Amino acid sequence: MSDATLFGLCGAALVGLGLYGLICHPGALRKLLAFNLVGSGVFLLFGAVARRGAASGFGGDPVPQALVITGLVVAFAATALAVALVVRLAQAAGRTDLDPEPPARSEATPERPS
Amino acid sequence: MVSVQWLGGLFAGVTGLGSTLLLVPVMLPLAGLLLAIAFGGRHPRRIVLALLPLGLVAAVGIAAVVLEADAPLRYDLGGWAPPLGVTLQADGLSAVLLLVTSVVMLAVGLYAWPGFGVPPGSSETRTSFAFWTLLLGVWGGLNLVFLGQDLFTLYVALELLTFSAVPLVCLDGRADTLQAALRYLLFALLGSILYVLGTALLYGQFGTLDIGLLRDRLAAAGALPPAAIAAAALMTVGLLAKTALFPLHLWLPPAHAGAPPAASAILSALVVKASFVLIVRIWFDLMPALLTRSAAEVLGVLGAVAIVYGGALALGQARLKLLVAYSTLAQLGYLFLIFPLATSPAGNATGEVLTGGMLQLAAHACAKAAMFLAAGLIATSLGHDRIGELAGVGRALPLSVLAFGIAGLALVGIEPSGAYLAKTLLDGAAQASGQWGWGLVMQIGGLLTAAYLIRVFFHALSGFARPPALRARPARYQELLVLGLALCSLALGLLPPAYLAVVTVGRVAAAGGGLP
Repeated sequence: MSDATLFGLCGAALVGLGLYGLICHPGALRKLLAFNLVGSGVFLLFGAVARRGAASGFGGDPVPQALVITGLVVAFAATALAVALVVRLAQAAGRTDLDPEPPARSEATPERPS
Repeated sequence: MVSVQWLGGLFAGVTGLGSTLLLVPVMLPLAGLLLAIAFGGRHPRRIVLALLPLGLVAAVGIAAVVLEADAPLRYDLGGWAPPLGVTLQADGLSAVLLLVTSVVMLAVGLYAWPGFGVPPGSSETRTSFAFWTLLLGVWGGLNLVFLGQDLFTLYVALELLTFSAVPLVCLDGRADTLQAALRYLLFALLGSILYVLGTALLYGQFGTLDIGLLRDRLAAAGALPPAAIAAAALMTVGLLAKTALFPLHLWLPPAHAGAPPAASAILSALVVKASFVLIVRIWFDLMPALLTRSAAEVLGVLGAVAIVYGGALALGQARLKLLVAYSTLAQLGYLFLIFPLATSPAGNATGEVLTGGMLQLAAHACAKAAMFLAAGLIATSLGHDRIGELAGVGRALPLSVLAFGIAGLALVGIEPSGAYLAKTLLDGAAQASGQWGWGLVMQIGGLLTAAYLIRVFFHALSGFARPPALRARPARYQELLVLGLALCSLALGLLPPAYLAVVTVGRVAAAGGGLP
């Protein structure tokens, strides 16, 4: 098994684990961590692609590496925004889970200024 | 008339810029964003309102040039052509979308002027600063999505759009809007990460990210390789989560109904359309081979379920803004009917179907923005938006209710409206290709739309003897603005066919298979 294949399989496993967490965990913080896990998997895949697609004479294709750097910055910004929202939600509601059955919304309805 | 000559001269100057014109819709919002952050205080609002009309002029210019030349406009950034460089390109689709975006943006900006000001006595308020800078972010993101020609640029544009749109939902900082924003963000992040995963697979297989080059390499490859099919599936699902098509729609109603009216209008009219346009780009431009009957029918069925399910849920809503939000869910479904309808075995109906889809998109954008803004006027004046207690509002706020009503009628698709023309075109394609089932779905959707609007009219137009006490009266110009937006949607169907042809510019080359 070549390095690139190994990294690709690891990336796929990370994506799978992350997707499971993103879909199955009700807590927002866990979902966020799961999203970062998916992100890591995708970036690892980009790395494997860079290695496999290397033109002759290069150690690796530089384009996917540039994409990974941009992707990291975007994922970092997304995480920061989401954490800020989680913190504000915890302050405002005292809970951070995202149950679709909305006990939070039915509680919040009477508080709404009417 | 001096002013007309001056306008004509300005217009000639604008269109004379040629392909450099494509930089304007991207540069204006980003420059405005920097200026707004640098100056702060009372300035962001003025900067936005100064830039939006310029954006409209640029959008009209681009549409005129594209229509005139009957060919897409291209601009290679820094003179570097792909695969090394990044290209901006405006085909007919982009031109129409830029135009719709700048019209709705300008209307919403004018509408929000009094609501998001800085009160005398304070130098800057968080809500005002956040709203106007985020509006610029949304505007820039949208324009870049419409002009981008490179899968990774499109990803960055989508993220700029998402990060600007999510905080708009929770501007008031209440717990339920914060939760809605967080849920929206998590859905959107899932969507974008799946999109990037698809991009990685495509780059790994074909070594380029430019849509034009990828199309050529895909066409040269003959049958679609498994990696390309997996990539298309991942990207489509990711973008569906951002567009809120049926099974991935959970985030939309609380987010769109909880946001301030001006923000809801932008989110519902424009933001969800950006990811839809990317799906169109992937299926029509990037991989036309993907557009087989069986694959397209999956999207069509999801759209049909969205039409019926969204319409039925809208019928049961107790609050006006939630009703409008569920109506968005249903109206988005119509857009996905274009995929099965474009796979007509009889002949090449793609042009008509796409024109119908874009008309529906434009008509919905204007009508839905008008409905959210009118609902906002009614809610702020009454202090609530409970449909059951709207009695007498037709007497107290006749113009707002009229605007809501006209927007609603335009959405149902009465005779001169854009939605009417769109449904006629789509229905024609359905008949011509023997897929009458989609036409039936559109009729059911129209009935449901009429039903939930009649419910609102019934309450709003009753109780004329006892008009409710108003907390505040909306500015007359706001009401007229909303009415104008609603009339735009209603009058779209009167556009001469020569203008409608702009949608298909750049499309013939795609059908012919590859660039010369």
